[in-house]
Amino acid sequence: MSKSKFKNPVVKWIDHRLPVFSFMDHELNHYPTPKNLNYFWNFGSLAGFALVTMIVTGIVLSMNYTAHVDYAFDSVERIMRDVNHGWLIRYIHMNGASFFFIVVYIHIFRGLYYGSYKAPRELLWILGVLILLLMMATAFMGYVLPWGQMSFWGATVITNLFSAIPVVGESIVTWLWGGFSVDNSTLNRFFSLHFVLPFVIVGVVILHLVALHRFGSNNPIGIDVKGTQDTIPFSPYYTIKDLFGLSVFLSLFAAAVFFFPNFMGHPDNYIEANPMVTPAHIVPEWYFLPFYAILRAIPDKLGGVLFMFGAIAVLFVLPWLDRSPVRSSQFRPIFKIFFWILLLDCILLGYLGAMPAEGIYVTLSRIATAYYFFHFLVLFPLLPYIEKTKPLPISISEPVLSGGSTASAFAAREKK
Amino acid sequence: MLIRFLKSFPSISYKLFLLIVFLLTPFVAFSAGEKIDYPKQKWSFSGITGTFDRASQQRGLQVYKEVCSGCHGLRLLAYRNLKAIGYNDDEIKAFASENNVNTINDEGEIVERPARPSDRFVSPYPNDKAARAANGGAYPPDLSLIVKARPDGANYLHALLTGYVDAPAEKKVPDGMYYNKYYSGNLIGMPQPLYDDGVEYADGTKATPEQMAKDVTAFLAWASEPEMEDRKRLGISVILFLLLLTLLSYFAMKQIWAPIKNK
Repeated sequence: MSKSKFKNPVVKWIDHRLPVFSFMDHELNHYPTPKNLNYFWNFGSLAGFALVTMIVTGIVLSMNYTAHVDYAFDSVERIMRDVNHGWLIRYIHMNGASFFFIVVYIHIFRGLYYGSYKAPRELLWILGVLILLLMMATAFMGYVLPWGQMSFWGATVITNLFSAIPVVGESIVTWLWGGFSVDNSTLNRFFSLHFVLPFVIVGVVILHLVALHRFGSNNPIGIDVKGTQDTIPFSPYYTIKDLFGLSVFLSLFAAAVFFFPNFMGHPDNYIEANPMVTPAHIVPEWYFLPFYAILRAIPDKLGGVLFMFGAIAVLFVLPWLDRSPVRSSQFRPIFKIFFWILLLDCILLGYLGAMPAEGIYVTLSRIATAYYFFHFLVLFPLLPYIEKTKPLPISISEPVLSGGSTASAFAAREKK
Repeated sequence: MLIRFLKSFPSISYKLFLLIVFLLTPFVAFSAGEKIDYPKQKWSFSGITGTFDRASQQRGLQVYKEVCSGCHGLRLLAYRNLKAIGYNDDEIKAFASENNVNTINDEGEIVERPARPSDRFVSPYPNDKAARAANGGAYPPDLSLIVKARPDGANYLHALLTGYVDAPAEKKVPDGMYYNKYYSGNLIGMPQPLYDDGVEYADGTKATPEQMAKDVTAFLAWASEPEMEDRKRLGISVILFLLLLTLLSYFAMKQIWAPIKNK
């Protein structure tokens, strides 16, 4: 088959020696994909698109940015005012971070709902959580670079968390800062790390894709692909569906960039960093708010830090916490209800993270935090013993196609 | 019974969820805002097709120059930028040359020269400390980004400039402080800047405090976001293109998937 695959002699010559074209043909073109994927399966490719967008705009921004406490703020404003279309590049990068997180959060909750983390996809899931963690580190350090008030004070609050570590905490914070406060050396190392971490993310994304292509995508009914009758080639079916999803995504993204570029930002970050003036409320970017709420819900500093990191840590062991052999929530009536409760809980935590830590908000934060951990640590392991799951379909093609024939998809494709 | 109730839940849970998200959105979005209510104005530059009113901006520049610039800088703006609000090269040259900037001459001495269009707006004080010292310890912030640096900046700025009223009897106003009903805490270090006929508008517009506040806010909104008109204009073309792409890719998708869906 590989002999007659390519007509172009140059491609043929190269592919014989370096089979990159065969690889791409196999992984992006013929790659058999379940035929019943819904729109929630668009978000993986959207996340990839967002990552590339962030890297491209980020490289352009770095050509015009100065990582120095005296010049950082002004260099960003120079990009906004004097660099040709600098405002566009910067607003794409700034809003791109938010949209990247929106896409990734939907992607994660998709995985939770349809049980995509279960065997044999545990490593795929773990690599995904690792990407999330790297994204958070990258986003946090990126937010420091414009050197506005929120940049500075956010960096101060978050780096200070490490001082909660017993005995060595203070030394670690000094080491992170490269000095005795958030200062020029902190800004410099954050810039350096903010530049390099996205490429580490690319590396993990490649591993994520290798792991994905080992067993192929999960699907809305969560049962294994039984044969070729259950799959269709990735191209053209999912390439066109991804293009459609991308167009919708880009339309929303463009609306934010061009008409509401600062909606998801904080006005205080247009005030240059001033170590002598503390803002009334120090709030992180919206995508960190649920974690921020968990941090503040715990009355003890070290405890808060542990619970905050624990909120991510439970995701790493999720494949072993959920004992149910059934993947998709469609066949798990009780799990399904709790899925929506978890989602509401996370949104509630996000809301509480934006509120001042006083009165009713503290109580609610504690309840919401308790539920978050209850969901993963108690509900997940115990539910399979109580829950009666619905009968699973025999194969993917049966519930989707009434009289569909096995080779129809491939036949239709070959005709073109 | 409970199980039965729980089983009936999933069908409505989705809608319930969306409803709650919608209800929560405004709270989250404006949670960081000020608690004080201030009046909302109609701005020519609000909305996705809004543009700046050139005449108002030019009057605003005059208010800035004659009233604000005594204490407040505008250091991120260059004189050449004034071209965007309708001044020609000669006017800008003349406007810039009214200010002096320091330079080093060929003998290595620091001397003053008139500012050029390529220079940034000259700040009233050489540094922050001098600014504080001259204003009883209160720092008059640079206005380059002021509209972007406050929640709902344009409305807030307008309210603040027109918010000077007599303090209520029970409120003690210390020396060097002034009472403003829209300022957080009500005590502000800036004395009331705008009075009737504080400036004389060249175009004959009556210079009421209300009018001056609107004009200077329009000018400063532009100073904060000089790219705004370009951004919205480009945005409309980009959105139209993307909607077309969405439509085409949707129908292409429907066509490609037809054999899978129908058989």
